Amino acid sequence: MDQRHDAPHIDPHTGIATTGHEWDGIRELNTPLPRWWLGIFYASILWSIGYWVVYPAWPLLTDTTRGVIGYASRADISADMAQLKAQRAVQAAGMADATPAQIKADPTLFQIAMAQGKAAFGDNCAACHGVGGAGAKGYPNLNDDDWLWGGSLDAIQQTITHGIRVAGNDETRVSQMPAFGRDGMLKRDEINAVANHVRELAGLSTEPKANLALGRKLFADNCAACHGEAGKGNAEMGAPNLTDAISLYGMDMASLTETITNSRNGVMPAWGGRLDATTIKALTVYVHSLGGGQ
Amino acid sequence: MSTAGADSDDMPLFAASRKVYPQSVSGPFRRAKWAILFLCLGIYYLLPFLRWDRGPHLPNQAVLADIANGRFYFFFIEIWPQEVYYFTGLLIIASFALFLMNALAGRVWCGYLCPQTVWTDLFLAVERFFEGDRRERMRLDEAPWSFGKLWRKVAKHAVWLVIAWWTGGAWVLYFADAPTLVRELATFTAPLSAYVWIAILTFTTYTLAGIMREQVCKFMCPWPRIQAALTDDEALNVTYRYDRGEPRVSVKQGLKLKAQGAPAGDCIDCYQCVAVCPVGIDIRDGAQLDCIQCGLCIDACDTVMAKVDRPKQLIAYDTEINVKRRMAGLKAIYRPFRARTAIYAALIVVVGGAMLWQLATRRTADISVLHERAPLFVTLSDGSIRNAYTVRLLNKRPEIRPFALTVDGLPGIRIEAVGVVQTADVRPVVAVDPDSSREVRVLVTVPAGVPLEASQAITITASDLFAGETVHAADHFMAPGAKL
Ligand code: SF4
Ligand code: SF4
Repeated sequence: MDQRHDAPHIDPHTGIATTGHEWDGIRELNTPLPRWWLGIFYASILWSIGYWVVYPAWPLLTDTTRGVIGYASRADISADMAQLKAQRAVQAAGMADATPAQIKADPTLFQIAMAQGKAAFGDNCAACHGVGGAGAKGYPNLNDDDWLWGGSLDAIQQTITHGIRVAGNDETRVSQMPAFGRDGMLKRDEINAVANHVRELAGLSTEPKANLALGRKLFADNCAACHGEAGKGNAEMGAPNLTDAISLYGMDMASLTETITNSRNGVMPAWGGRLDATTIKALTVYVHSLGGGQ
Repeated sequence: MSTAGADSDDMPLFAASRKVYPQSVSGPFRRAKWAILFLCLGIYYLLPFLRWDRGPHLPNQAVLADIANGRFYFFFIEIWPQEVYYFTGLLIIASFALFLMNALAGRVWCGYLCPQTVWTDLFLAVERFFEGDRRERMRLDEAPWSFGKLWRKVAKHAVWLVIAWWTGGAWVLYFADAPTLVRELATFTAPLSAYVWIAILTFTTYTLAGIMREQVCKFMCPWPRIQAALTDDEALNVTYRYDRGEPRVSVKQGLKLKAQGAPAGDCIDCYQCVAVCPVGIDIRDGAQLDCIQCGLCIDACDTVMAKVDRPKQLIAYDTEINVKRRMAGLKAIYRPFRARTAIYAALIVVVGGAMLWQLATRRTADISVLHERAPLFVTLSDGSIRNAYTVRLLNKRPEIRPFALTVDGLPGIRIEAVGVVQTADVRPVVAVDPDSSREVRVLVTVPAGVPLEASQAITITASDLFAGETVHAADHFMAPGAKL
């Protein structure tokens, strides 16, 4: 026997050698492994070497080793996506020929449209209208029952397809509120009178010194053509109802003054050229179903 | 211990396992083990074919794990994925049952019930059938290859593989309609996963029960280690009563010694207990980790004791305490009723009772409500406030059921559901297909003028229009001032 090591310590009780380590008199038995265990251990090492050769394994500076069978998880994903698309195409086949109203009436198509619409809304519309169509100042909340350009399925489809005030689109929704102050059509005190009158129409408080009679007359002359005598608005022209509890830009005096002075005229892109017809139908049904559809 | 492969200067790197040739034995423990083997394997192989009528829409297999549809069927019980806590409960009960058995009589599980033991027993029976008993097998393994040796070995492995294949085959039947799957398997039209699983289980059964055998218990299974930590002095264990057995002497020698008035034990050192042991150990070395407590050495020793006309039970279920007491001239004591057995039994009753109660009172409908967060609330043009919710209704019955939705909690509060019919009294009615669930977008509105906090509690109720079962979900109604 080689004399580099001392003879192993043998545990007197079991007759098995110990590792030679000792803690407070406790020693660790060096029980030999079963042969099959060792075999599996070596086989695992061989396996891992085979794995390095076959699969991508070692990180290099800018890449990794590719493995001889050229496996890539990205290819798996591409295949999955292609399969998903094919599956969707089958489901969407019914949607292609149906009108939004027919889709809404068919429980299966409705479910597909809602799922598809929700996804498309998140991708395309949520940037302005917010997740779930919650809206923000200047960006209409699509959950409520107040619609600038109409809340029927047809009106919504038209708005999504052609947008609002899109230059060069013949069918786009368009109307223009004048910038009464900036263009010198109304003077500062006249604007104040109109703003107070609008608040009066909405049932809100007015300023004590407000000239309501002047406001009423100026409103009839300048605003009623679009917003109506009573300020109830007109969806044909995208003129909002000024009397309800919802407003896009605010009904406080500062906001109203700003609106009358500089006008608003928000824009929305036309999605007709960017999204396919089925997606637009799905979006239409989805937006209509958020709660405010008419 | 025969060791091989000594690698260098001091220690062998491994110990080659010694093949165990258990001898056949007869007696009450062997008979009990056969009975348990036939019962367990019979249930395992045949249960998938048992039918259970659940009506037209549901599978009629008594025990079925329907992975694709997310259902588990067990006779009259149907479990949905959200009810997996029943399995948790079963596992808890199984653990406590294991602990209780252990507190009463040690490794009852290992000796009689564990699949490893049961299948190994079956494989050993096959080995014995083709290759004969212990001595013949040992001789056969030493003999040079001959036609007789070859056909015996080939036949044994072939039968083993058939049993192993059948084990995997039975396994997959629990996951699909058994008669259909059998037909598909026979015509090679079954899904690939079925063949893969059968192959896996064929391999594991053949390897673990045919080749690895006692090595599994000695080196792979965690239970012996846990068991050793859980047991106490009063649990019955297969015990060699050395108070009676020592010193070991042959029958002749014993008579001589006794005549001289010298001590002579009852153990005649015939090594029968070692010969029958499936893990190849000597129980007379005392309690040891490798012993699976199968009781076969008791049968072997009792047979010998009967032959030499001495009292049986030299090896028996007993405790070390009693061996010591007898040596000290005291009476043996057995205390199956101890704090730990009582606690384990009580826990089994409590958990089992809770599960039964839950099962007996569980509903066949369910509702879950998710408040829409974007936006939290909407002001409508007339000033009323509206909140949106996603409501999911569950119908666990095998027929279609219409649920009417109502809402309570605030004056004038109304409920609508998108894309759903309404009853004459303006309740939205959601029809849910048999044994499935349906999600609807629900709008709840409170008229203008009702004083509202930022958040108030409301209850959404779904009532089955036919059966009258109602389920509630509590949620909140948000109004201006509410924050995310
Ligand atoms: S040691 Fe493990 S595998 Fe062996 S019989 Fe006991 S529980 Fe089963
Ligand atoms: S020592 Fe006895 S009880 Fe233990 S495994 Fe062997 S035969 Fe079974």
